[in-house]
Amino acid sequence: MIETNTAAAGTAPFAFTPENQAEARSILARYPKGREHSAALPLLDLAQRQQGYVDRSAMEAVAGLTGLAPIRILEVATFYTMFRHAPVGEHHFEVCTNISCWLRGSDEVLRALRDELGLDPGGKSDDGKFSVQECECLGACVNAPAVRVGDHYFEDLTYDNTVALIRKLRAGEKVVLGSQTGRVGSANAAGATALAGRAS
Amino acid sequence: MLQDKDRVFTNLYGFEDWHLAGARARGDWDNTKALLDKGREWIIEEMKASGLRGRGGAGFSAGLKWSFMPKTVGERPHYLLINADEGEPGTCKDRDIMRFDPHKLIEGCLVAGYAINAHVAYIYIRGEFVQEAIHLQTAIDEAYEAGLLGDNACGTGWKMDVYVHRGAGAYVCGEETALIQSLEGKKGQPRLKPPFPAGAGLYGCPSTVNNVETIANAPTILRRGASWYTSLGRENNHGTKIFCISGHVNQPCNVEEEMGIPLRELIEKHAGGVRGGWDNLLAVIPGGASVPLLPAALCADARMDYDGLRELRSGLGSGAVIVMDRSTDLVAAIARLSRFFAHESCGQCTPCREGTPWISKMMARMVTGDAEPGEIDVLEDVTRRMEGRTICALADAAAWPVQGLIRHFRPELERRIAARKDAPSSSAAAQ
Amino acid sequence: MPKLTIDGIPVEAPEGATVLQAAELAGIEIPRFCYHERLSIAGNCRMCLVEVKPGPPKPAASCALPVCEGMEVFTNSEMARAARKGTIEFMLVNHPLDCPICDQGGECDLQDETVLYGEAASRFREDKHAFADKDLGPLINTRFTRCIHCTRCVRFCDEIAGVPALGMIGRGSSCEIMPWEEGVLQTELAGNLVDVCPVGSLTNRPFAFRARSWELTKTDSIDIMDAMGSSVRIDSRSNEVLRILPRLNDAVNEEWIGDRSRHFIDGLLERRLDTPWARVTRGAALRSVSWEKALEILRERVEALGDAPKVGVIAGDQTDLETLTAAKDLCAALGSPNMDCRQDGARLDASVRAGYLFNATIEGLDQADAILLIGSDPRKEAPVLNARIFRRVRNGQAAVARIGVPTDLTYPVTELGNTPGEALAALRAGTHPFAEVLRSAKHPVIIVGQGALRREDGAAVLNAARDLADALGVVREGWNGFSVLHTAAGRVGGLDLGFVPGKDGLDAGAMVQALGSGSLDVLILLGADEFDTSALANRSTRDALVVYIGSHGDAGAAVADIVLPGSAWTEKTATWVSMEGRVQRTLRAVSAPGAAVEDWVAVARVARALGHALPFSSVEDVRARMAAINPLLGTLWTLTPAPWGAPFGTEGAVSAEPFTPAVPNYYMTCPISRASRTMAACVEALSGTEDERTGTDG
Repeated sequence: MIETNTAAAGTAPFAFTPENQAEARSILARYPKGREHSAALPLLDLAQRQQGYVDRSAMEAVAGLTGLAPIRILEVATFYTMFRHAPVGEHHFEVCTNISCWLRGSDEVLRALRDELGLDPGGKSDDGKFSVQECECLGACVNAPAVRVGDHYFEDLTYDNTVALIRKLRAGEKVVLGSQTGRVGSANAAGATALAGRAS
Repeated sequence: MLQDKDRVFTNLYGFEDWHLAGARARGDWDNTKALLDKGREWIIEEMKASGLRGRGGAGFSAGLKWSFMPKTVGERPHYLLINADEGEPGTCKDRDIMRFDPHKLIEGCLVAGYAINAHVAYIYIRGEFVQEAIHLQTAIDEAYEAGLLGDNACGTGWKMDVYVHRGAGAYVCGEETALIQSLEGKKGQPRLKPPFPAGAGLYGCPSTVNNVETIANAPTILRRGASWYTSLGRENNHGTKIFCISGHVNQPCNVEEEMGIPLRELIEKHAGGVRGGWDNLLAVIPGGASVPLLPAALCADARMDYDGLRELRSGLGSGAVIVMDRSTDLVAAIARLSRFFAHESCGQCTPCREGTPWISKMMARMVTGDAEPGEIDVLEDVTRRMEGRTICALADAAAWPVQGLIRHFRPELERRIAARKDAPSSSAAAQ
Repeated sequence: MPKLTIDGIPVEAPEGATVLQAAELAGIEIPRFCYHERLSIAGNCRMCLVEVKPGPPKPAASCALPVCEGMEVFTNSEMARAARKGTIEFMLVNHPLDCPICDQGGECDLQDETVLYGEAASRFREDKHAFADKDLGPLINTRFTRCIHCTRCVRFCDEIAGVPALGMIGRGSSCEIMPWEEGVLQTELAGNLVDVCPVGSLTNRPFAFRARSWELTKTDSIDIMDAMGSSVRIDSRSNEVLRILPRLNDAVNEEWIGDRSRHFIDGLLERRLDTPWARVTRGAALRSVSWEKALEILRERVEALGDAPKVGVIAGDQTDLETLTAAKDLCAALGSPNMDCRQDGARLDASVRAGYLFNATIEGLDQADAILLIGSDPRKEAPVLNARIFRRVRNGQAAVARIGVPTDLTYPVTELGNTPGEALAALRAGTHPFAEVLRSAKHPVIIVGQGALRREDGAAVLNAARDLADALGVVREGWNGFSVLHTAAGRVGGLDLGFVPGKDGLDAGAMVQALGSGSLDVLILLGADEFDTSALANRSTRDALVVYIGSHGDAGAAVADIVLPGSAWTEKTATWVSMEGRVQRTLRAVSAPGAAVEDWVAVARVARALGHALPFSSVEDVRARMAAINPLLGTLWTLTPAPWGAPFGTEGAVSAEPFTPAVPNYYMTCPISRASRTMAACVEALSGTEDERTGTDG
């Protein structure tokens, strides 16, 4: 839920960092002159990347850059599910529970998160390192179940490899991105049934 | 089975280099100028002749769609918009094109952009596909660097710019006018039609919206000729299609196959068969979450193309084959889809905004049988009241899986209701 | 013009019309919620679904479907009715059905359509969801659980009020209407939101739980809280005005009114003069007296001033023509040239009608393509008119420039600065590019506000504006764009009647001074409160008299020796002339309180007390006299274009002195609105947002 009035007094208003101001300019340049409003989504994303979430102050900053009324930005920021209105954990698990992932064990992934972190969807660990959220189809259905953590997908998950993934993240170790079973892309894991001659 | 030589997406699995060098080695960007030199008319006619139908789900002729664009450019520039908002549950094909074969899409942008007189293409990619967007942008940068895009794309004298625009989490933006709204920085709420995008799309300018797979097919079709493409599949259902086989199969995978391949063959040849064997099959959703399921009995003879599945009162949709074996709680599976559509309803039209959560709540009760027998008819009737009464097809998409469930598995719903009534604990709870 | 049939009735509809509009031409009303003819088409409620042939086998939204040649439309077929029944069911599943405690009850579109298309029982067994109410300021109550998400309110703010204050946030079933900022809507048109809301989601806050619509007596009248002459309906019960609503009038207010025009009404009950008051001698306290006694004291005190006391009359901003006619005849009977209807000192010239009318007409603004504002803030002076300008600018059809205080008008304005002499000269010389914009416009408009005229060089400004209009072709064949924007509803009537100083007569300012200095003996104030009355309070030791006739105990009454209770405009059937020159009549909705009388009667009683009985036995006599003075005043409702040609204003230099706002506080412009708690609440709500509060404001 988003508060209706601007952030409490005393908190500094949002401002893009100098690097992000430059990035914002390059985003705006992708759209024809006079169509700066097209940059609303990318700029909100930029603000979220800087701050971790978008609040009214950030929305006002985006409104200023796009020439849209702040209320239009609020509409957009609450319509799209990727925009967050409060900080999430450093490793924010978005667990797909839609049909293909569910059929292949997304419940096991949730169980692993519960067992390992004590977190159910909507939860955040006290140290701020982890948070969990249920999400809709990630579009990695033949590599199900899948989760999205930050900008990366982790796929072909099981209870065990989810636990292993969490432990590595907690330990700050390097993790394998994508498939956790070593699959390349979305080919048949038992041996590609097409383009096999191209497999190295 | 489709031969590798007839595959369009030759790096679908990312076995090879996805960068420009790898793409060129696979034949992409091979004298693209020659294709453009044949002229707009030829390109559009060839695309029409190929019978390529939109691969995003609606299945509308791509060539015909292009031909709807004004023939000459007036005051308003034309835009090519690529729908890469892949979000139909069960579907993950465009993702693989973008991460492993991005140049096919980008070359397609040039060809299609030229054909419809657009100098600018925006690729609207779902926000979660961050890595895919990075691959795309890298490939675009490579193409500019090599002179394949830009002021004189491929030496044709045609100026072509391609931009990646990331979405931010809204399934409905896969609807073309919602995508346009979103690209304009607004909520992704589908627009009233008419006007159609070809008349007034992005910024009120003539626009064509095509799915990633559709556009990425175009250069190969033009190179190899419409006759090659029509040699695959049957009349009105030509070409190849990337199928995403997920769920209860031994080896879930994506595979490009010939249109019309029997469902069973598809599953058994490419996905290692149904878990526990074909006889363990309960049902298949053959075209993504929006289409009605097929019970096992209908799956044996199902042909995977537009007409074949329509005959079975289902649809090819996005080509996402979701397989469910006999261990599946089918009611829970459909209830999950109902929850998905309720979550994704944009909230604009009354029947969808109010109907999707309603059927989702009813479906949730159906899972445990917490309902009156007459409520199955209520549920069915509510889906009928949603269907065909909204601006876009999301309400239809929400209605159809439930209708399919009731059509094919009504006894299971009745059984659960009766079982709950019979159970002593529930009658105690009811008092 | 495509021909089609609707329910079998052949209809010819204009190209581009929608099926819903075509059906209206055929006299068929298709139910709708989101569609509003003055707002953009949303097409989201899905109530107006109809069956169309040829077409797909599903119903189409008639509000968004353009008509086509040969189309067959069925608004009442099984398909159409089934679709509507479905929509109503969906609308009701999460609706609280709290009609018994809802103010919209009885005038609710959802209620009406439910009667037609709803079921007796609900099939919805789930929990209903609810939404939190939002604070949208003192004029609007919200009950967002009742909202049907039609987005009319959002579109009204964006497209009419010009203030993007509301949005529909979230998506799906969590969609809700949300303001960017709670507590206030930064618009003078907020009250209209209640009218556009088809359900009880937004209701009239001051009216909350006061009455049911069917209990109200409805009186069609004319608004006089500004000078536009908007059509309104006064809803009353038991002699109390409970509500004011706009009436449809495309030529004037379309279907909107400003917040002051709608919500001043509690001011009708406060600070009322319901009995005469008098000071028996100079300096004595005001005492409540009978009419006879008041008039007796008046006669005695005037007699004490000598044989031929010098009398003057200043009319206030809300003085009707009947009262002015009586007062003018009183002056004539007394041989006094001292009368004025311009209490603010505006240098308006009564001799040339085209010099004080809004000649472009309000509806004419719909054609305006270049508008120059001279000392005018139309948003504060006539918000509904400003909405028309906003619409033109929003559609890219008009450019606006301004000489004056740079305030937010809701649309972009080319600022020419607030150094009037210089700016006018630059336009006249063509050195500012906007001169060319005006010259090359098809329908250029110059709007002269009272802020430009109520100053020493006001007549010179008027003349310079006229000169500019001539030079730039603002007045041309078939078009007169020279337009004076008035703020006082009684002003044009006063000018039409010639209620200005006669030969050697004193104007308003001079009368006030003269009373102090001794050259004037009796000053009659007709509801005149909008000037500095301290000069009257501190007048010399002479026994000069101030007589106040009016409805409210405001500034004028406080300094008067004799106070005679008049009627507020809702309490009298009276005649007014709008700023565009339309002669209109208000109708009495309620009776004046206590001993108050219609103001012209009070004037007549004063006249008799002074020994000059006026020859009026009824209001009809007064109106006949009024028409005799100016025949234009005898014809109601129509507009007569004023001839252009005669000079007006005074040649002279326009100083560099900046223009000042004519309406510094929109919510309080007259004795009635100053007495209104609702208006005070609006001021309070706004003051919090504009950083106007200081540490001591509490």
